[in-house]
Amino acid sequence: MIYPHYALELESLTVSFDGFKAVNGVTLYVNKDELRVIIGPNGAGKTTLLDLICGRTKPTDGKITFMDKVLTRMPEQEIVRAGVVRKFQTPSIYPKLSVLENLEVSHPKGRTAFGAIFFRRTPDVTARIHEVAEQVFLKDLLMSEAEHLSHGQKQWLEIGMLLMADPQLLLLDEPVAGMSVREREQTAELLRSICKGRSAVVIEHDMKFVRRIADKVTVMHQGKVLAEGPMDEIENDPRVVEVYLGH
Amino acid sequence: MNTLYRSILGGRSGTIGFVVLALLLLVLLPLTLDAFRLNNISKYLSLSFVAIGLVMCWGYGGILSLGQGLFWGLGGYCMAAFLKLEAAANIAKEAGSDQINALTTVGLPDFMDWNQVTELPWFWYPFKSLPFTFALMIVVPTVIAYIVGTAMFKRRVGGVYFAIITQALCWAMELLFVTRQGWTGGINGITDLRTMLGWDIRSPSAQQILYFVTCGGVLGCILFGRWLLSTKFGKLLMAVRDMEDRVRFSGYDVANIKTTVFCIAAAMSAIGGAFFVLNVGFMSPKLITIEPSIYMVIFCAVGGRMSLLGAVYGTLAVSYGRTFFSEEFPALWYFLMGSVFILVTMVFPQGLAGITAWAAPTWRWLTRNFRTPPPSPPEAVAQEATKP
Repeated sequence: MIYPHYALELESLTVSFDGFKAVNGVTLYVNKDELRVIIGPNGAGKTTLLDLICGRTKPTDGKITFMDKVLTRMPEQEIVRAGVVRKFQTPSIYPKLSVLENLEVSHPKGRTAFGAIFFRRTPDVTARIHEVAEQVFLKDLLMSEAEHLSHGQKQWLEIGMLLMADPQLLLLDEPVAGMSVREREQTAELLRSICKGRSAVVIEHDMKFVRRIADKVTVMHQGKVLAEGPMDEIENDPRVVEVYLGH
Repeated sequence: MNTLYRSILGGRSGTIGFVVLALLLLVLLPLTLDAFRLNNISKYLSLSFVAIGLVMCWGYGGILSLGQGLFWGLGGYCMAAFLKLEAAANIAKEAGSDQINALTTVGLPDFMDWNQVTELPWFWYPFKSLPFTFALMIVVPTVIAYIVGTAMFKRRVGGVYFAIITQALCWAMELLFVTRQGWTGGINGITDLRTMLGWDIRSPSAQQILYFVTCGGVLGCILFGRWLLSTKFGKLLMAVRDMEDRVRFSGYDVANIKTTVFCIAAAMSAIGGAFFVLNVGFMSPKLITIEPSIYMVIFCAVGGRMSLLGAVYGTLAVSYGRTFFSEEFPALWYFLMGSVFILVTMVFPQGLAGITAWAAPTWRWLTRNFRTPPPSPPEAVAQEATKP
């Protein structure tokens, strides 16, 4: 039997907070190079699922495997070093540092205290920073303090910070929340381009945006997977329409 | 060379600030103050080491420690232990084996004798050697800071909880030093320290030399701090302060970063404590407990917690204010100090360092009218000409 080789494997993943099962027996496989979108009503457990994968919350039960590495009990920084990075719902950037410094701090070299003290901005580090800044539309703003960026630019900056580490799996929690129509289009393009050669799991509410980017869609409801498949199949699934899309 | 100029001196404005402080400490104060006041300044400066450490630890790293007195005290006690053993040896030299004449067990610090300790405790032996003393003075506080930091930060204890725990530790340490009289000198501390390797540290000339050495230490710590803050580590500190989770999910061990800066602040405090003992000639548990520790945080807050230079000015200003108010208004001085703190935090939330940020544009605005405006660039003139 040929074992299908997935990038990310979640097996009967469960987490319970004082008896309330926020994520309940979720089994999910994401392929290499796949961009998976998770949709579902509020409180469906989407963000908790990302928290579990990136190690912010430890599961009560189940197993998380990424590229043959078991992430289930790993500390957060080890998970990142295994190639899994996470973008938070509200843009999490360092407000008092410039765009350039934000990206520099996210560079994977010098990740220990002493490594950071003796880290030097070598030409290849600078080149990498410029490359990423260009990708996330911020190359003219390298010197501005991050707190003065617009909301959309902050979201892009955080995506750029993730890209610095050249990750294998991107976990993005509502990457276009609060963006203008034009910014959404740019972000959709950005996601398509950065997901070449890596996998991504994206949580999103904007159906138009989902349609543009998704390879496959997973619908979550009350901590469980309700449906899974290509977007046009999902849109016509009566159960999905009832709990989510109908509203 | 250019990068060093930028990272350590902080470019032009940083250099000016540093030179002004150096001139104030090395030239102006020694020329204008008498020996007693200058020794007071040395005392204040030995506290400013703690404030400089707090700028890095609290201002940049966001870790508020209300127990820095612990580390400062440990450094001081290490130095005092060395000087005390030398004092005891001096007595032994003068009195020979005549116990009655020596008034104490020969070769033993006097307080041990008073407490029926007849043999030097094992942990006092390293303090017979100056190099060992210097090493322990740094190592002991750093190791304690490492243990406390690792234990707390790995468990994600932070903010107010961490501050309270450091305060409790500081108090526990004071209790330990007070109750273990035979080992530490108890509530009186370690007193009567006169010589260091035969050099009379109480003589006016020695006091003056020690003043300059202390200044050198302070300025050195500032340069070290500037260098450290200019590295990626310095930026990481601000990142941890503002968005800890983002740092964690960028692949860093946040506890490791926090522990490192906490250890650096502890080591700096310890150096300050040692300078204090050399300048003043005694060490006491009253100096390392909760109240002095809180004062240390106030020095840092008044100076501006993001400014290494401000830490020194803050320490000098608050300590001087404390001395001045308590001398002039013995009944009122607590209230006067309190009002100054309220005023500073209300008017200058950035501390004294905030004044420069506020003063620079004002100065430019004031002087603008007296300068001739620079000639307009030719394009602007051309554009102006084509306007209808």
